[in-house]
Amino acid sequence: MSLMTRGLEPAVAAVCVVPLVLLAYKAYSGDLGVNPIETLTHETGGTALKLLVASLAVTPVRRLTGWNRLVSTRRLLGIFAFFYAVLHFSIYLVFDQFFDVMAIVDDVLKRKFILSGMVAFLAMLPLALTSTNGWIRRLGRRWQTLHRLAYLAGAAAAIHFVWKTKVPEVEPYAYAGVVAVLLLTRVWFSWKKRQTQTA
Amino acid sequence: MLIKREPEIRSSEITPELVYRSRREFLRTAGVGAVGLATSSMWLGDDLAAQAVLANVKKSTYMVADDKPHSYEDITSYNNYYEFGTQKSDPARYAGQLTVKPWTVKVDGLVAKPADYALEDFIKPHQLEERTYRFRCVEAWSMVIPWVGIPLADVINRVQPDGKAKYVEFTTLMRPSEMPGLRGGGLDWPYTEGLRLDEAMHPLAFLAVGLYGKELPNQNGAPIRLVVPWKYGFKNIKSIVRMRFTEEQPQTAWNKANPREYGFYSNVNPTVDHPRWSQATERVIGQLFKRKTLMFNGYADQVAPLYKGMDLKKFY
Ligand code: HEM
Repeated sequence: MSLMTRGLEPAVAAVCVVPLVLLAYKAYSGDLGVNPIETLTHETGGTALKLLVASLAVTPVRRLTGWNRLVSTRRLLGIFAFFYAVLHFSIYLVFDQFFDVMAIVDDVLKRKFILSGMVAFLAMLPLALTSTNGWIRRLGRRWQTLHRLAYLAGAAAAIHFVWKTKVPEVEPYAYAGVVAVLLLTRVWFSWKKRQTQTA
Repeated sequence: MLIKREPEIRSSEITPELVYRSRREFLRTAGVGAVGLATSSMWLGDDLAAQAVLANVKKSTYMVADDKPHSYEDITSYNNYYEFGTQKSDPARYAGQLTVKPWTVKVDGLVAKPADYALEDFIKPHQLEERTYRFRCVEAWSMVIPWVGIPLADVINRVQPDGKAKYVEFTTLMRPSEMPGLRGGGLDWPYTEGLRLDEAMHPLAFLAVGLYGKELPNQNGAPIRLVVPWKYGFKNIKSIVRMRFTEEQPQTAWNKANPREYGFYSNVNPTVDHPRWSQATERVIGQLFKRKTLMFNGYADQVAPLYKGMDLKKFY
């Protein structure tokens, strides 16, 4: 791993912490609204999705702009996305289901909205676990392959948001559109790579 | 740290002590007592103190013993009213601009006395009363709300549906200039709802014009809305401009949008799951943990006979 690229990583980390600080402050001052648990679920889920999208945007943006230093922020964004997803899931686990495993299994099997969230969460889990330098070295090329799970996580999280609403709303579709574009850039890059290889 | 759960429902809630008045007494009090809807015509925001007081409100004849009503602020700042937007905070933010005076309720269809009633004339013949009901949203949250209004049956008796009428359809105002949510689409506007006539005649069915003894704030469906406490919140149609009596089952807005999720009956039923939420539990606003949802929202003793012999899994 490259050395800290002067300020970029700390700056990104600071931005990633802001939503948590804001939520903590609102919780402290009793400012989470009429339904605080719902507010926490929405805010943590929304932040997880935003950071996941940001981490998926790093590579395409780097390639388009040639700003290679950006790559050092990808892991950070991914880990913070997972962190907020853990908070999001924990709220569901504790306050919605109170550790009732059967009810959770039932919820996942019956509701595609919950299933898609679970798929996104489970896809992020091995990525977070293998994000250390040690695992990157140990897995070698397979690390790259494994971390394609991020595409699945992004797609599932966007679908989770779309399926959450009762009537079609703009915001979830906007996220789904952005995720779709980010995934398509991968297809395009690999197609171009093959073109130059065969040429 | 010990996390203490509160799953138990107080026994008083399991057997709600609905204090009944006999039907006879209803009829006697209907029409007695001039009802003065106080005539402040200015909208002054959603502050309780700013709302006009309703005069001559009879003490609760129906109430849920022991359930403490939610605060005025909770009830008026967390609403689903998609005509003003899909966020819970949108109605409180945007409904203030809605003109609710003057207001006309059209009564038509299979009825002896079809007419366009000015709201004052619509309400005046009846005795206002306060009723504290549980309110259970299809999204699995709930509140306890002290409404002021009149029994729906009293109105229906007055307008006299004819023998063929089996249903009543309600329609909400559709006024794009004052309802920003209409631009967003989503539902097939205007919002409509419906009840079977015997459901509408049930003594629990209520038309609310007030909250906490004052005129209804716009975000809660001013100036007149339906309250059927044993059904999910969206059946409790707001800002009613029309009641039409029909022979066929009316189309309802949410049912048209998603028939699998929102049935015509939509009775609160913990055993029939919504495709996206379990209906077995609910979060009472203000409490951390969810609690069990009661059949017919705790009003089973009163309303279960309406559905005798019906498969409620099929007619959800
Ligand atoms: C572990 C599995 C998950 C479960 C059980 C779950 C559950 C939920 C629930 C119950 C809601 C609230 C629905 C509502 O209030 O209508 C929600 C909303 C949401 N979730 Fe999840 N979720 C999961 C994973 C995820 C993940 C991994 C992400 C993103 C990376 C995510 C992003 C969101 C978003 C964006 C929302 C909507 C927030 C809003 O309305 O502003 N969820 N989720």
